[in-house]
Amino acid sequence: MTDRVIKVTALTRVEGEGGLYIKLNGDTIENVRLEIYEPPRLFEALLRGRKLEDVPDVTARICGICPVAYQMSSVHSLEAALGVEINPEIRKLRRLLYCGEWIESHALHVYLLNAPDFLGFESGLEMAADFPAEVNRGLRMKKHGNQLLEILGGRAIHPVNVCVGGFFRSPRSEDLKKLLPDLEWCLNAAIETTKWVAGFDFPDFSCNYQLVSLANDKEYPMNEGYIATSDGESIDVIDYEKEFEESHVEHSTALHSLRTKTGNAYLTGPLARVSLNVNQLSPTARRLVDESSVSWPCFNPFQSIVARGLELVHAFEEAIQIIREYQPAKPSRVEYAYRSGSGCAVTEAPRGLLYHRYVVDADGKVVEAKIVPPTSQNQAQIEADLRKWIPHALSDDEAATARAFENLVRCYDPCISCSTHFLKVKIDRS
Amino acid sequence: MSGKPRLGVFKFASCDGCQLSLLAAEDQLLGVADTVEIAYFLEATSRIQPGPYDIALIEGSITTQHDVERIKQIRADTHFLVTIGACATSGGIQALRNWSDCDEFVSSVYATPDYISTLATSTAIADHVKVDFELRGCPINQYQLIEVIQSVLAGRRPRTPVHSVCLDCKRRGTVCVMVAQGTACLGPVTQAGCNAICPEYNRGCYGCFGPAAQPNLVSLTDQFSANGMPREQIVNNLRSFNGNSPEFRVESDRIQAEQDGEQ
Repeated sequence: MTDRVIKVTALTRVEGEGGLYIKLNGDTIENVRLEIYEPPRLFEALLRGRKLEDVPDVTARICGICPVAYQMSSVHSLEAALGVEINPEIRKLRRLLYCGEWIESHALHVYLLNAPDFLGFESGLEMAADFPAEVNRGLRMKKHGNQLLEILGGRAIHPVNVCVGGFFRSPRSEDLKKLLPDLEWCLNAAIETTKWVAGFDFPDFSCNYQLVSLANDKEYPMNEGYIATSDGESIDVIDYEKEFEESHVEHSTALHSLRTKTGNAYLTGPLARVSLNVNQLSPTARRLVDESSVSWPCFNPFQSIVARGLELVHAFEEAIQIIREYQPAKPSRVEYAYRSGSGCAVTEAPRGLLYHRYVVDADGKVVEAKIVPPTSQNQAQIEADLRKWIPHALSDDEAATARAFENLVRCYDPCISCSTHFLKVKIDRS
Repeated sequence: MSGKPRLGVFKFASCDGCQLSLLAAEDQLLGVADTVEIAYFLEATSRIQPGPYDIALIEGSITTQHDVERIKQIRADTHFLVTIGACATSGGIQALRNWSDCDEFVSSVYATPDYISTLATSTAIADHVKVDFELRGCPINQYQLIEVIQSVLAGRRPRTPVHSVCLDCKRRGTVCVMVAQGTACLGPVTQAGCNAICPEYNRGCYGCFGPAAQPNLVSLTDQFSANGMPREQIVNNLRSFNGNSPEFRVESDRIQAEQDGEQ
């Protein structure tokens, strides 16, 4: 039997830098690795000793695509540690901010990163020559998502307005309402997007996932709730570290998150969120679910793009509703006193569960920080899926084989910059 | 080959936000993509071309020996090299390790530190190779990025302001948060570029664009002290996203030494 190695030295159209390494011996799979070679930035260490007010600004810098997610998980964790209760207006504004981030992140992924795979292009920019209306539609949705972040957060990348207890300043009602005509255009564009991507040619590929998502009996999950799984579990957020553990597996240089009880991988992200919360989607998104050929819960990773489309619809529809009903929060931030303690929170980043836990002291300083981003939680599942995908992907054409594997990896929208700072990293570019 | 100028976008230790600024310039993106050949931009395209590159945009700081070598190769392949963002121009937030025991940092984050190959410092690109233009910001301003690309294509030097955030607050008509509310603000010593958003959002500037031209840091930190801010907090305020830039570093080291001398 001869060895065959399939390597993607640099994954493209993903956030951050990594590679793929697959080794076969005849029909036997010897090794499947999603390689992470981004240098570590050691956030959990550099937060220690800093004031807890610095945490949302510092953790935002973990990821330029989902800074709001880091800000949200950090402020909710710190508020839990300090015993702060936020008011309903602040809660709504946080949902609105998250809508903006889901929109810019999903529009980027659907149009510029993922759709080119289904239509046979090297990039969204190249795709624009043949699909100008579609690409411009995606860019316009992304732009208005960014505008929402700018009005509410001050700027789209690393917003400045989020603080422990709420916001430094409530947005002005007239500034938000000015966005409504564009957001209404975008809601239609998102509906068109969902129908468009649901018509793509999907490989017949189904995985036996345990899907994991935040869930909430009142609303589509973003900032609060319990952790639900497709096996019917309801896990309290404070039990996260008991139920999910990071472990070192032999075939990988990275720390993988696994279920503590079973040692199995699991999947978090839009596919899990829609599957476990389909009845909480906005009315228009719910209607699209009924009309679409994709059925939920969904276990085909390639159809994650449909979940992102549905979440675009949901995010625009919810944003419009929040803005129509908007009353500025008074006060915009809740006062608090320092006390020693610890607190944790899970929120739904565009890519899935984002867990933070902080220990703070009586002077308001960070003693300990723990952060588990969605991509490191998904990594074990991505590798398991790559193994399963091998028979579908293999051909005599090396380039086509590598591309088939890369296409699958892109479906999870991995965020390697995020995951790197928490995964074990081995530099290997051989 | 298209005959268009060839653009490369390269990432080192960073959050991806600055290169994302290019994709976030939705109205200009397709136009820019039309005027250059995107020869290397992993986040945007699977079409990967070898050098040489007419323009390279470099995001991120140098934190590994491998990256020390990689940036030298990119420099050798590039005509006009632009660093984008606080990580590339100053070392970024990860440069906080420069004041700490890096081995202790690594072992506190990773269970098996042996797997981690990292330098004890995070440093700016200009500490390793010649840089033709530095674009500041955490994140950079997308309009400044477009200005830089268009300037380089037109063969002229990019024009980005080096005055302080204070001037932009005056232009916007924002009431000074330090004078009116006593809120600590780095605006007097920080370079403009963000459109002075923090004071407009009722908080002090926290220095995303690094030191302005000829900043009077001692005067500002004296004022912080007069307002009752402990030295330790002043040091922390200076040691953030641009903490390793020379002006901020010298001042935070000076205050730290004062504090150490008293203890």
